[in-house]
Amino acid sequence: MAATPKQPVQFSGAGPLNAPISGVLTWVDQRFPLMSLWRDHISQYYAPKNFNFWYFFGSLAMLVLVIQIVTGIFLVMHYKPSAAEAFASVEYIMRDVPMGWFIRYMHSTGASAFFIVIYLHMFRGLMYGSYRQPRELIWIFGMLIYLSLMAEAFFGYLLPWGQMSFWGAQVIINLFDALPLIGPDLSTWIRGDFVISDATLNRFFAFHVIALPLVLLGLVAAHIMALHEVGSNNPDGIEIKKHKDAQGHPLDGIPFHPYYTVKDILGTVVFLFLFFLVVFFAPEMGGYFLEFNNFIPADSLKTPPHIAPVWYFTPYYSILRAITEDFMLVLAIGVAAYVVLIWLTARDMRVKLAASVIGLVVIVLMKGGPLAIEAKVWGVAAMGAATLIFFLMPWLDRSPVKSIRYKGPMFKAALTIFVIVFLVLGYYGTQTVTPAGTLISQVGTLIYFAFFLLMPWYSVMDKTQPEPDRVTM
Amino acid sequence: MNKINKLYSILLLVPALALAAGDHVRLDRAPINEDDQASLQRGARHFVNYCLNCHSANYMRFNRLRDIGLSEMQIRDNLIFTGVKVGDLMKIAMDPKDAKAWFGATPPDLSVIARSRASEAGSGADWLYTYLRGFYRDPERPTGWNNTVYANVGMPHVLWELQGEQVLAERKVRGDGFMKTEMALKLDKPGTMTPAEYDQMAADLVNYLVFMGEPVRGNRKTIGMFVLLALGVLFIFAYALKKEYWKDVH
Repeated sequence: MAATPKQPVQFSGAGPLNAPISGVLTWVDQRFPLMSLWRDHISQYYAPKNFNFWYFFGSLAMLVLVIQIVTGIFLVMHYKPSAAEAFASVEYIMRDVPMGWFIRYMHSTGASAFFIVIYLHMFRGLMYGSYRQPRELIWIFGMLIYLSLMAEAFFGYLLPWGQMSFWGAQVIINLFDALPLIGPDLSTWIRGDFVISDATLNRFFAFHVIALPLVLLGLVAAHIMALHEVGSNNPDGIEIKKHKDAQGHPLDGIPFHPYYTVKDILGTVVFLFLFFLVVFFAPEMGGYFLEFNNFIPADSLKTPPHIAPVWYFTPYYSILRAITEDFMLVLAIGVAAYVVLIWLTARDMRVKLAASVIGLVVIVLMKGGPLAIEAKVWGVAAMGAATLIFFLMPWLDRSPVKSIRYKGPMFKAALTIFVIVFLVLGYYGTQTVTPAGTLISQVGTLIYFAFFLLMPWYSVMDKTQPEPDRVTM
Repeated sequence: MNKINKLYSILLLVPALALAAGDHVRLDRAPINEDDQASLQRGARHFVNYCLNCHSANYMRFNRLRDIGLSEMQIRDNLIFTGVKVGDLMKIAMDPKDAKAWFGATPPDLSVIARSRASEAGSGADWLYTYLRGFYRDPERPTGWNNTVYANVGMPHVLWELQGEQVLAERKVRGDGFMKTEMALKLDKPGTMTPAEYDQMAADLVNYLVFMGEPVRGNRKTIGMFVLLALGVLFIFAYALKKEYWKDVH
């Protein structure tokens, strides 16, 4: 027996065309959840009315993703993923393909723009507690997007086959070399050769144009579905669903369409203005978006004197380089101090014991004479931990309020210092190693991790203000 | 609260302090003008005469020189000596392996040399301009030449007849309250050009190399103006639309 047909769709607003459009929509809607998708995610998705400047970056990230995919498709039409032809094919795109330079500059600028937008989007989350219950999964999906994006950018950076492409990939893949036992075999397996070569270029191309874009799209869908399930947070960090009108709509919410569609159009225009300012007038962005050395074809026999990753990786690169042999003692003392802190404050004996055992093992592996692992491996571990530790945010922040507006001076200071440290680490990651730079990076690394690891304490001790009942504009 | 704000403002200065710059090679500013077609055309002539025998420009087509105001006829008659077609790439006949044996290093392709030579010390044009004027006699080098910006360079001074021969000599300069000596270039034997003429030639050549690095450069800025203008107009409508819809949201 057939299911009862859904209500016909009534379309209005197109004058004489209302009837045929309604007919087509009804036909589709009875076979596909068209109208319910439209309602749930666009026209009846109630978003808080007090979104500010920081709430543009989610939709802008989607815009940049679309720019990258569309320009990427056109680049693939002309690019040759082979070590012998890659560099020349990029210059062919720049010179002989009609508007090829425009497509390529949009893609190269888009890569940096993606990270700028994502970093601002993450900072928004940190400020307003968007990772807090019930939005933990949105945050986790978001962090997975961030990690995939880093992988996507890393694979893509090899493709122009310039000196920085080659040696940047060489440095990162060699990190796996440092792992005990499996290291050398693992890095050979990743490269598909004993050096970065045509085989490496081909597999990176496959990952860059197929594997990671698919992963990214899936994760973006999950990120938005989770968001629309629980509803958006807002600058006040309070739940708008607590106060609803007679129809069950939040009193402080407004439908995403048309309010936020027209607002995001405005944001898009401003963003595109800045984006095209770079594309047309400063595509190299002083060597930060397109590194100068990358205009030299890859040469496995000539190591550049200074290998710097692209700017968006440099905070982590600084952390990697900060972990030197003489810094291990400081790190070991830091771990010991952290265990002591847990002993002094935790109530559950099992937590104390677990922390002690883990702490002891880590300290032995750091400074335990013959059992110690070399600093290089710890550098890789620290770099990995620096990216992964964001995942723990929902459980590290134990403040009674979500938004920075009502948090106390401790959290405000901590977040401010964290952002500064992130920028300083980023700066030193672009520079050659100097004793002062290493020292600053080491201090920065300690502060970076302290921001997260001490949060369960300072977020509780902090003197918060009461949250308002309703959102403030 | 005020104290905290002060603390924040001090903290915000930290990145600025961290940006204290290190020392760099000093490069001369290249006096070039991308819009000067006469200079670009002179540069193209110098390029095919003096560079395009050992150096290739494998990504550049001869007929792209139409972008600097030359006709295909002019390009064919004045700038192509090898009988290749006007739509061909600027390749050279020299075998890279031979080149390596003769010079110790293969002369690099020059298509994007102006882009690759940029650094914190200056633009690629500055580097090339300083380099072309930085050759000096050095009996210890196999070619007899060395260079101030590219130490122990493999390339001999191809333009020595024009510039003359420079040597690196000690010179006294005023330091902070005392005289100090530094090494500086001095023209030992004049060439067929005056120093001013040679500098102009180097500037023309560099101007051309910058053009060749990205032939679309001028065009891109023109298109960019229109795109930004269009977005500026769109902004007015987008802003008005947002204002209209949001006037009821309080």
